[in-house]
Amino acid sequence: MSHIQRFPSAAKAASTNPLKMSQPLGAALAYLGIDRCLPLFHGSQGCTAFGLVLLVRHFREAIPLQTTAMDQVSTILGGYENLEQALRTIVERNSPAMIGVATTGVTETKGEDMGGQFTLFRQRNPDMADTALVFANTPDFTGGFEDGFGAAVTAIVDRLVEPSPTMVKTQINVLAGCHLSPGDVEELRDLIESFGLSPIFLPDLSLSMCGRQPSDFTATSLGGVTVDQIRSMGASVATLVIGEHMRIAGNALELKTDVPGHFFSRLTGLEASDKLIRLLAELSGQPVPAKIRRQRDSLVDAMLDGHFFFSRKRIAVALEPDLLYAVTSFLADMGAEVVAAVSPTQTLVLEKLKAATVMVGDHSDVETLARDADLIISNSHGRQGAARLGVPLHRMGLPMFDRLGAGLTVHVGYRGTRNLLFAVGNLFLSAEMDHDHHPAAHHGDHKTDGHKTEGHACGGGSCGCSAG
Amino acid sequence: MLQDKIQDVFNEPGCATNQSKSAKDKKKGCTKSLKPGAAAGGCAYDGAMIVLQPIADAAHLVHGPIACLGNAWDNRGTKSSGSQLYRTGFTTDLSELDVINGGEKKLFRAIKEIIQQYDPPAVFVYQTCVPAMTGDDIAAVCKFATQKLGKPVIPVDAPGFVGSKNLGNKLAGEALLDHVIGTVEPEYTTPTDVCIIGEYNLAGELWLVKPLLDEIGIRLLSCISGDGRYNQVAQAHRARVTMMVCSQALVNVGRKMEERYGIPYFEGSFYGVSDMSDTLRTMTRMLVERGADKSLIDRAEGVIAREESRVWRRLEPYKPRFDGKRVLLFTGGVKSWSMVSALEGAGLTILGTSTKKSTKEDKERIKKMKGDEFHQWDDLKPRDIYKMLATSEADIMMSGGRSQFISLKAKVPWLDINQERHHAYAGYDGIVNLCEEIDKTLSNPIWRQVRLPAPWDTPAAAPLLAAE
Repeated sequence: MSHIQRFPSAAKAASTNPLKMSQPLGAALAYLGIDRCLPLFHGSQGCTAFGLVLLVRHFREAIPLQTTAMDQVSTILGGYENLEQALRTIVERNSPAMIGVATTGVTETKGEDMGGQFTLFRQRNPDMADTALVFANTPDFTGGFEDGFGAAVTAIVDRLVEPSPTMVKTQINVLAGCHLSPGDVEELRDLIESFGLSPIFLPDLSLSMCGRQPSDFTATSLGGVTVDQIRSMGASVATLVIGEHMRIAGNALELKTDVPGHFFSRLTGLEASDKLIRLLAELSGQPVPAKIRRQRDSLVDAMLDGHFFFSRKRIAVALEPDLLYAVTSFLADMGAEVVAAVSPTQTLVLEKLKAATVMVGDHSDVETLARDADLIISNSHGRQGAARLGVPLHRMGLPMFDRLGAGLTVHVGYRGTRNLLFAVGNLFLSAEMDHDHHPAAHHGDHKTDGHKTEGHACGGGSCGCSAG
Repeated sequence: MLQDKIQDVFNEPGCATNQSKSAKDKKKGCTKSLKPGAAAGGCAYDGAMIVLQPIADAAHLVHGPIACLGNAWDNRGTKSSGSQLYRTGFTTDLSELDVINGGEKKLFRAIKEIIQQYDPPAVFVYQTCVPAMTGDDIAAVCKFATQKLGKPVIPVDAPGFVGSKNLGNKLAGEALLDHVIGTVEPEYTTPTDVCIIGEYNLAGELWLVKPLLDEIGIRLLSCISGDGRYNQVAQAHRARVTMMVCSQALVNVGRKMEERYGIPYFEGSFYGVSDMSDTLRTMTRMLVERGADKSLIDRAEGVIAREESRVWRRLEPYKPRFDGKRVLLFTGGVKSWSMVSALEGAGLTILGTSTKKSTKEDKERIKKMKGDEFHQWDDLKPRDIYKMLATSEADIMMSGGRSQFISLKAKVPWLDINQERHHAYAGYDGIVNLCEEIDKTLSNPIWRQVRLPAPWDTPAAAPLLAAE
């Protein structure tokens, strides 16, 4: 990559086919990883309805999410009464362990003083002291999904985590960013536990968004990290901070508890996974289990088998920043060329991206930049543009409403990296092996430039076909 | 302005419910006030989008921060036979600076970009809460843009916090009355031109009805707004008869079209055999009353006789399969009601329904039809439904997507009958589709399997490993 074109944002006034989702939605997802929690949007009821539908379509699960139902009058006069009424109603009806409040554009434009409202609520409602309360400022008009997720996790750390005089030697914290699916968190738990360590994930979506079968109907999240576990995070030996957008929460946690943090910008890829396993071995003092050694072998083998199909492939990627970083870095590791990396918001991690063009934009920008790409990687909203271009789409991120098991895909660790390698590699492989569509492919020599040719570009017969 | 508009639609003489209210209650409007912490459902902006977005060749631009569109685009099941522009999401994606400095200029630039790039016949601009608070005058911007750019640019003033979805429906109707209907003259008119209001072509339902109209000789001049085209909607004032499908939501449009253009309207439904036949009969009778050829009635009767005998014949095979199966209807609207007689005709037993959204008249009607023993639940909580289903008081639940997990988590079959559904249930063929869907899910073999206890919960009858 000789020249990297970077521009901070598109000059367009009309965002077309947006990639960005709002901050409160990210906060809601973070809250949903807490056991018996009910997220509450401080705004008009539509804010909640849209977010709810999006999460339901992605996870195919019931999503608890409530609203302070602000109308015109309360918006102008101040929303404290609505907030208090909502909190009281929720406690009375659903008795959750925690209520996570996220502000919206409506309450932030008015400039509601959330810190003051928190104190006022606690003073006026001493009978509700047992219910944990966390407030996060998440205006719709700044930042995006990832920022909201980060803000909620930071707010939880600030409000609930306490320093501990004692230390539990096998307990470690994991601040799991929103680029980790519930499936990813489950995979990390498996890896960490295999070293004899017991992790506390904040948040823990693997317990709440993985298809639980309840024995009774609940209006709160079912499963997740418990409030008590969060309070005990100060007793851990270390904290793994996963993703740039968890850094602020990670710093807050370290500052509060003196538990040392270890930062991971990504966990997808061989080297990234090596770094994690090395740390886990050090922290636990245990040898690396045979199972994980086999997984590493298997990933190395997959890279050897698969690299033929990734080399010089032109790929456009549009995802939330930290996932964008993980995926584009992995693709670069495999020898593919990222022609465009499109992020919904401006963040620090964009500086580190390896791509021909890095930009803050939307799906219409992807459509422009991916004209001669071999693959687009984005959420399900990329489907219209990909279809118009005739470029295959690999779905990642959120929302993924036209695939089953969207929340359970795994792309971290050796096994997860191998999954992703196979999923993307198979798209290239099937395009190349699709002999029926190119009856002339096996006549004449193989085209070696491999770029938008009609020919059978299987990279020197490595695909195992009899061509050449 | 907006307040006058809202009072105007609340004071709707065409609405029977409204007429039975006192002057004070009328002022309060037709929506129950929302309870913070226990509210569900969309906002007025959501309702406006539902009505207008099916106009497929127009651009729909949302003036607001990212939450209003970014969390919610390309998520409706309304189909178009031509232009797909309605599926492109446009938003001004207001930032913090736009909130401070005002977003009017950005809005104008966005409209200009859209017109230059996509050349739609019109642009609908949707107001949302945040710019409504900061005072962006979208009506003025739209007027200016219309003059400057030479295309109709229509302001839809229905910010979320003014009220419910239903109010948004009505305000969208007002936008059509003020800016669209009557602005284009059809090339020619016929004595059988009709306008259908409140049909959104979900899952292609209109296409199950339109061939029958064609066969009878009725011309669908204008549909508001399923599979709609801007110019067709703008011609609606030349219809001879208006039919209102979702009766209460857009009653203001039907009544005002009668007032302004002398077009009589009737309320009808495409759901259920007898309702469908009634609709065809009323439509033809009213057309003949307004001067269409009398033979229209005979042709309609011919079609009705043929279709009815065909549909009952096709429902016959389901009877033995549906014998004794009990249905729980969980939906407020009247439209599902018209399906009931058809479902009973096919052998199903309807246990009861929720009447949360139904009017007094609806309830009386249901009572008359079904007698006192039939359950009408006013405020059925999700937990109660779950209990009813888990104790197998019903064999299948039919409801909207929001409540699907109540049923599925109770391991009871569920069928989507609201706006996200994937199958068309309108017309005569639609009822057969509905029975086929019910039969498919009821007879699916998973239900026995998923209810099996886990191996660790049941001692095996005979040990698998025959230990001594």
